[in-house]
Formats: sequence, C-alpha cells, structure tokens
Amino acid sequence: MSEKLYLDEPELELEEVYCKPTEALYDIPFHYCPGCGHSVVHRLLMEVVEELGIQEETIGVAPVGCSVFAYHYMNVDMQEAAHGRASAVATGIKRVLPDKYVFSYQGDGDLAAIGTAETIHTVNRGENILMVFINNGIYGMTGGQMAPTTLPGQVTSTSPYGRDVKMVGHPLKITEMLALLPGAYYVTRQSVHNPNAVRKCKKALTKAFQYQKLNKGTCFIEIVSNCPSGWKMTPVESIKYIEEYMFPLYPIGDIKVPKD
Amino acid sequence: MEKEIRKEEPQLMKGNDALAEAAIRANIDAYFGYPITPQSEVIEYLTREVPNRKDKNIVVLQAESEVASINMMYGAAGAGARVMTSSSSPGISLMQEGLSYIAAAQLPCLVVNVVRGGPGLGTIQPSQGDYFQATKGGGHGDYHLIVLAPNSVQEMADFVFEGFRLAEKYRNPAMILTDGALGQMMEKVYLPEDNSLPKNIPEWATRGKPKGGKQRVVTSLHIQPEQMEAINHQLLAKYEELQKEVKYEEIQTEDAEILLTAFGLSSRICQKVIDLGREKGIKIGLLRPITLYPFPSKRINELADKVEFMMSVEMNAGQMVQDVKLAVNGKVPVYFKGRMGGIIPTPEEILQELLLHYENLKVVG
Repeated sequence: MSEKLYLDEPELELEEVYCKPTEALYDIPFHYCPGCGHSVVHRLLMEVVEELGIQEETIGVAPVGCSVFAYHYMNVDMQEAAHGRASAVATGIKRVLPDKYVFSYQGDGDLAAIGTAETIHTVNRGENILMVFINNGIYGMTGGQMAPTTLPGQVTSTSPYGRDVKMVGHPLKITEMLALLPGAYYVTRQSVHNPNAVRKCKKALTKAFQYQKLNKGTCFIEIVSNCPSGWKMTPVESIKYIEEYMFPLYPIGDIKVPKD
Repeated sequence: MEKEIRKEEPQLMKGNDALAEAAIRANIDAYFGYPITPQSEVIEYLTREVPNRKDKNIVVLQAESEVASINMMYGAAGAGARVMTSSSSPGISLMQEGLSYIAAAQLPCLVVNVVRGGPGLGTIQPSQGDYFQATKGGGHGDYHLIVLAPNSVQEMADFVFEGFRLAEKYRNPAMILTDGALGQMMEKVYLPEDNSLPKNIPEWATRGKPKGGKQRVVTSLHIQPEQMEAINHQLLAKYEELQKEVKYEEIQTEDAEILLTAFGLSSRICQKVIDLGREKGIKIGLLRPITLYPFPSKRINELADKVEFMMSVEMNAGQMVQDVKLAVNGKVPVYFKGRMGGIIPTPEEILQELLLHYENLKVVG
C-alpha cells in the first residue's frame, strides 16, 4: 500500500512498515494504564496469530489479574480461568482438541504464586501449549501488592518498607526452574520495553506457536514488563527501572532451546 | 475383558467399577482425577480399561490435585467435550472453587462424590455428610448443581447417563452423590448400552472461532452489577425449569401413617425398617429423593397431609431433614435419626427411634 502525501514537491511514495492486526485484534482502546506492557504483548500475540493464519485454530486462556479481560481485545475463542488455574484449563482444552493451538496468558501472582503447582505440572507433563508469563513484579489489578517476583527491597503496598527476603523469601525465578523440566521444549525470557525488544519478543512468540505443531512439549515465554501505576513511576521511569533493576535478576534471552 | 460384558447379561461389579464402565459406554471425551479413598477404583478402572477400547477416544489423565482436575474439566467442558471427574469428600472440597466457576460459566459436566465421613480428613468409611455441600451450591455465590443420589450399583452405572443427559440439557454441572459403601460393594448390574447417549458439539464451545463468525468466550466474569444480576436471574430461571426433572421413589406410602425420608444407602436400610415396622402393625412408608437437587418438596408436602409424622434417616448430623422440614412447612412433626463417623445405622436402631416417637404420638393422641 502506498499513500500520496500532500506535499508540494516532490511526491513521496511511503512504504508501509507497520499496520495493526485487522482481524485478530479488536479495534478498541486498551483499558491498561498508560505505558503498561500488557497492551504491547496482546498486540504481538494477535499479530503472530494473524500472520500465521491460525485465528480459527487458536484458543486462549485468560487469567485473573489485569489481563482478565484479554478476550475483549483478542478476537479468538477464549476461556477465562480461575486465579492460578490457566494452565490446567489450557491442559483440558488441548487434551480434547490436540490439533488446535492453545495458549495461556498469566501474570506473576497468578502463575508463580497461587498457580505454582499447576504451572510446574503442566510443564512437567510437557503439554503442547504456549504459556505466556508477564512478570512485572507486582500484583497490578489488586492495587500494587508484593508478588513472588518482587525484587528484594522493592516497595509495594504489602512490603511498604521494601521486600524483606528474610521474612518473605527471595524472588522466585520460576522460568529457570521450569527450564529444568524435561517437558519444557522452549523456554525464553523476553521483554517489550523498547522497539528492539518488541521485535525479539515477537520472534519468540512466532517460534513458540510454530513449535506447538511439533508436539514436543511446552513452550514457556516470560516477558519482563512494567507496571507504572503499581510501581508509582512514570512510564519512562518504569522503563529505566526494568533496565537497572529487573534485568540483573531476570536477564533477557533463551534459557532452553530445542536441540534439533 | 470387554467381550465378556454383554448388555443382555448382568455383571457382578463394584459400584466404582460399574460407574467407570458406564462412563466409557457414555462415550466421555475425558476424565480428569486424583486418587482418594474410597473412589480410587474409578481412575484405576479407566486407566486400565480405556487403552483396550480401540473404538473409544477418551483422555484419562491423573492430575496433580483435585484443584487441577476440576480446572482441566472446566477447560475441556468449555471446549465442548463430555467430561467427568470423581473424588471423595476432602477432594470435592478442593473442587468447590472450580465448581462455582463451572456453574457460573454454565458448562455441562459430571462430578462424582463417593462420600466419606468428615469433617476434615475424617474417615474412609461411608457417610452422607456432604449433602449440604452438594445441594446448596458448595462453592461461593448463588448456584446449584444437579444432584443425583444412587442407592445401588445399578444406579451408580445408570446415573452416569442420566447425569450427562441432565447436565447437557441444562448446561449445568451435575453431581452423583454416593458414598463409600455403594462405591465399594458388589452387586448385580445391567450395564447401560454402549454408545446409547447422543452427543452434540454445542455452538458456544471454544474450539476455534468459526471463519467470519463470532468469537466464543467461556467466562464467569461480569463486572457490571446489572449484568451480573441478569446472569443470576438466568441461573434462577434455569433452576426453576429444573424442577420438572424431580425424581423420587415411594415405597408403601399408599397407606402409610409414618413416612421415612432417606436418600442413597440410608434408603436401602429403611426398606428393611418398613418390613420390621409392618410386622408390628405400624404402617411405615418411605420417600426416597433420587434427585437431591431439585428436591421433591412438593410431593413431601402432599404426603404430610396423609401421615402422622415423618422421620429423616441419614448418615450425617441432620442435613436433608432441613429440606424435609421446609417442604412439610409445619404440617406434621419431622424427626431425625442419624449416625455419623462412617457408621451405617441398623434397621433395628432406626425402628427403635421411630417407636419412641410413635409411642409419644399414642400418649398425646
């Protein structure tokens, strides 16, 4: 597609470098806070689904958390799971519809606190699904409480003097734990804090959907994200916080890649 | 083994095994479960038998917990599959969150509770202590399960079919509320005919959006109060509609002056109480609710006009008796006889209790 710009001289032919998904993502504004990573990840997921032409073959599972209404944006068949249970629900779907693409989408409290057992056993069984894990180190929807992934010393509404690891333990690096399980096929940690990271994240999501057809195990993608509202920061400050404080503990990159 | 099982000939089977075999014959798409006494035979039977049935396509998965099983069931039922799980009391407690979501999302499925004595870890002996939990909702929010109470191995098998029929007709989770004795005991059973339960893929099921069609969403979230209340009304209307599915059995109620009410195993024992009482010239009858929800309140109220008093016999501290009292609405006295702790009451002790009230009746009369 090209467009004529109304400049005097000379006429410019513009190349289209980006367009929104037209089918897989509903054309409505996201309800997420300004600067939040959720909307970027939603869009990436649906871009990938659309580009792979699998909108009619994809079933998603939404969590309890800020993204509880993911199905308001993602135009694929979806189920809304109880808090922590998304991967069990996804297991149920995939087991009766083994030829379909199934993904779950969960935050850190959902996946790594209340749903830890379901998370570990889903990956251990090697369910052929994609698990998307948004790690922003905080409970966003309930108002900014401490999460299993909250950093040591990080102030939240339930760690008002900073996370005291002697009292409540250290941040749970569940993605590294899961990579140890034979059922895990592809485990990677990505982010969406800058355009380069967004592009890499999209590549990882694309691979994960493609791997699902191989029936070789679970694809698990952690996406380090921000929560400007919960962190009480501007979006720009929150991006800096990710780079300075989150990445040292949650480094970006592949943790387990397919051998073949 | 399956070659030996012919629909024409009765089998001698354990309740749990008969139920599992019925599930295979009902063409379930999936079973998710977790071992717990006294119902582990169900998952054992399915994991052993299903691989031998080449004509069947059934997923049998041992989950990491009852919490996981019930949520796997939510996912599979939401995808339009015919799904079953089974457990016993402590495990069923763990499923209550999921059941609330399933009832709210209006997903048909079948849960089997082979009840054991409680509260807590309790005992592995039979009990009817989960009546409240089963019939009043059990989890959070306003909802009901369809509850069927078998009193024989035959009904353990038959109610799998009936449970799925009702669940799918009303888009509502159904429960078979049985107990450890019915699960473990062996009786003659005519197994339901294979492939005799029709199956349809519902249009609301999340199986991948139809091309050019509308997205399907399975959810229980309705943030707007008006929207939530509209859903509540929708559920209430469905429960009202369900009343026409009420099932009960009456034994010698025609001339009864005393009516026993009992479900499941207790109702079997009460049949003996009727015989013992009638030998003494006391006209006892029995009303056995087969559906505990919907409850046969109307019929119990009618019978209250014909009898001197009622006595509810249960293996718990007195649960169904509350529904009997509500149904009777003060017309006649309603007494209770129960044993707990996994103990099954004897016909003699039930009759003894009944005679106390009968003698009082004569004194007052």
